[in-house]
Amino acid sequence: MDKFETLTGIAAPMPLVNIDTDMIIPKQFLKTIKRSGLGANLFDEMRFDRSGNEIPDFVLNQDAYRSAEILVAGDNFGCGSSREHAPWAIKDFGIRCVISTSFADIFYNNCFKNGILPIALPADAVEVLMKDAEKGANARMTVDLENQTVTTSDGESFSFEVDAFKKHCLMEGLDDIGLTMEKVSSIDTYEAQAAQARPWV
Amino acid sequence: MSPKTLYDKIWDAHVAHEADDGTCLLYIDRHLVHEVTSPQAFEGLRMANRPVRAPDKTIAVPDHNVPTTLDRANAATMTEDSRVQVEALDKNAKDFGIHYYPVSDVRQGIVHIVGPEQGWTLPGMTVVCGDSHTATHGAFGALAHGIGTSEVEHVLATQTLIQKKSKNMKVEITGKLRPGVTAKDITLSVIGETGTAGGTGYVIEYCGEAIRDLSMEGRMTVCNMAIEGGARAGLIAPDEKTFEYVKGRPHAPKGAQFEAALAWWKTLYSDDDAQWDKVITIKGEDIAPVVTWGTSPEDVLPITATVPSADDFEGGKVGAAQRSLDYMGLTPGTPLSEIEIDTVFIGSCTNGRIEDLRAAAEILKGKKVAVKRAMVVPGSGLVRAQAEEEGLADIFKEAGFEWRLAGCSMCLAMNPDQLSEGERCASTSNRNFEGRQGYKGRTHLVSPGMAAAAAITGKLTDVRDLM
Ligand code: SF4
Repeated sequence: MDKFETLTGIAAPMPLVNIDTDMIIPKQFLKTIKRSGLGANLFDEMRFDRSGNEIPDFVLNQDAYRSAEILVAGDNFGCGSSREHAPWAIKDFGIRCVISTSFADIFYNNCFKNGILPIALPADAVEVLMKDAEKGANARMTVDLENQTVTTSDGESFSFEVDAFKKHCLMEGLDDIGLTMEKVSSIDTYEAQAAQARPWV
Repeated sequence: MSPKTLYDKIWDAHVAHEADDGTCLLYIDRHLVHEVTSPQAFEGLRMANRPVRAPDKTIAVPDHNVPTTLDRANAATMTEDSRVQVEALDKNAKDFGIHYYPVSDVRQGIVHIVGPEQGWTLPGMTVVCGDSHTATHGAFGALAHGIGTSEVEHVLATQTLIQKKSKNMKVEITGKLRPGVTAKDITLSVIGETGTAGGTGYVIEYCGEAIRDLSMEGRMTVCNMAIEGGARAGLIAPDEKTFEYVKGRPHAPKGAQFEAALAWWKTLYSDDDAQWDKVITIKGEDIAPVVTWGTSPEDVLPITATVPSADDFEGGKVGAAQRSLDYMGLTPGTPLSEIEIDTVFIGSCTNGRIEDLRAAAEILKGKKVAVKRAMVVPGSGLVRAQAEEEGLADIFKEAGFEWRLAGCSMCLAMNPDQLSEGERCASTSNRNFEGRQGYKGRTHLVSPGMAAAAAITGKLTDVRDLM
């Protein structure tokens, strides 16, 4: 997995609440057996008309935001399905960090498995960051995972919380399965005990 | 011993390892797999040369993509990419030696209907699936939740999940429901109350007289939509109804094993003095038959209400409400019961069980549909067979419904069952997101009885008027 340490880049504003996983990657793009290539269809139904032409109003179609690496969005980002295609599409597009007041649980976890940092901040902080993102391509935001801060192009800084274990895995680019395999003897022990206690399982 | 919630008890029984910071490896008793979220996970195993750790605890069934038309044995009914996914599951199930119900098997159906039906889901278990509606299995007092594909791979490889404990929320529905009010109305009303993010960070336990009174099928409907309220999982403590439902199912324990299991299952309830991080209480008698008017499951109103205006909301929800109204093509102030419907869909893991079909058929008996299109998609081949045996299929067909084979179908429209642009649907499924049932399709979530009522009148209709 790609490491995440610090990121300075363009932030795209999406001041919409409840952006769901069907918006992020509509179901017709889930019929793949690969993880790659989904960025082309990120936000597909908001981004393109039925003939495949760009919808000019959509933020990622504006020149200032085509190479955005950060997304600032409204409340409850990523609600809906468990499809990991959502973070795959975000990552494949080039976005490495999403900032909102809150995230849906499964989406939040899925981000960390794919080298994306989701940052939850209070509403007033997100409002400031949204304003900063609206300034366009010259305004670059900086996300520092080590120090757990987001800094606007004007130098205003906000601290965010992140689970220590998730932070460690993201900063080191660690693979969960590899880490768990190191504890395989605990799993073996548990499994043997559980088979005694609840043999019907 | 300190008092515990049901969630605490199941959690404690499944911790295989706990790190100093509270990060746990939670052992998984049942892993359900379907064709859309698993190919990349199996691919990952192959690349790392890893086996499935517990193939006997892993059950796969294709459901999301499969056609539901009667001619589906013909490969031409599927698009190339859907076929590739289903074939990948066929192959992965075989190569890794896991339990499998192929499309041709009468037991095939929606994964969350097949699991309980076959007795794979039992009280006190941990159940996961790469699908958010895994919450359904919580109706048995099993800790069940959706996971992403990386986690699917993690469970396949290690039979555990890396987890931190959620908080405890109690949702109590007191007293009795009024006639015409169902489990679907309960679960939608709870989301209307908490919002779609209200459950984030929590596991919800539903309790109270109205929940106790529900059948197992109704309880599955309630827990199914816990995820729509943002919760990690929904739970209902098992009781005699649960044990009765489970007994005799193909994969449930038998004989002395059943008795041993029962003894443990009977300890699975929240202690009287257990601590809750959040409590919500709703009076059963205050719940009406509801519909959704917008594009979020929290956009819930009683059928007797009118379409709201964006001004009725605050903060970020003002813009969202306006966007919803525009998308849904609705004018504020219109009575909900005057909204005309093009299509009715009865099915999905929320309302595709036999009891749901009975409730709809009850309303439809001897009537004809007044909508352009009406379809029933049973949740499994066995539900379909039972409905045929009970004569429900005939009622549907005579009323003008299409009688389909089992699958997810128009719940998410990954197969050809889709709404066209602007088409308006009364649906018993669980999500009314933009484009969920087809590009620019418009979804109103309702109970099976309400869906049947809408089919007859051609409008969203108060089912109580037809009872
Ligand atoms: S019926 Fe709908 S919600 Fe249920 S598993 Fe299928 S697609 Fe998901």
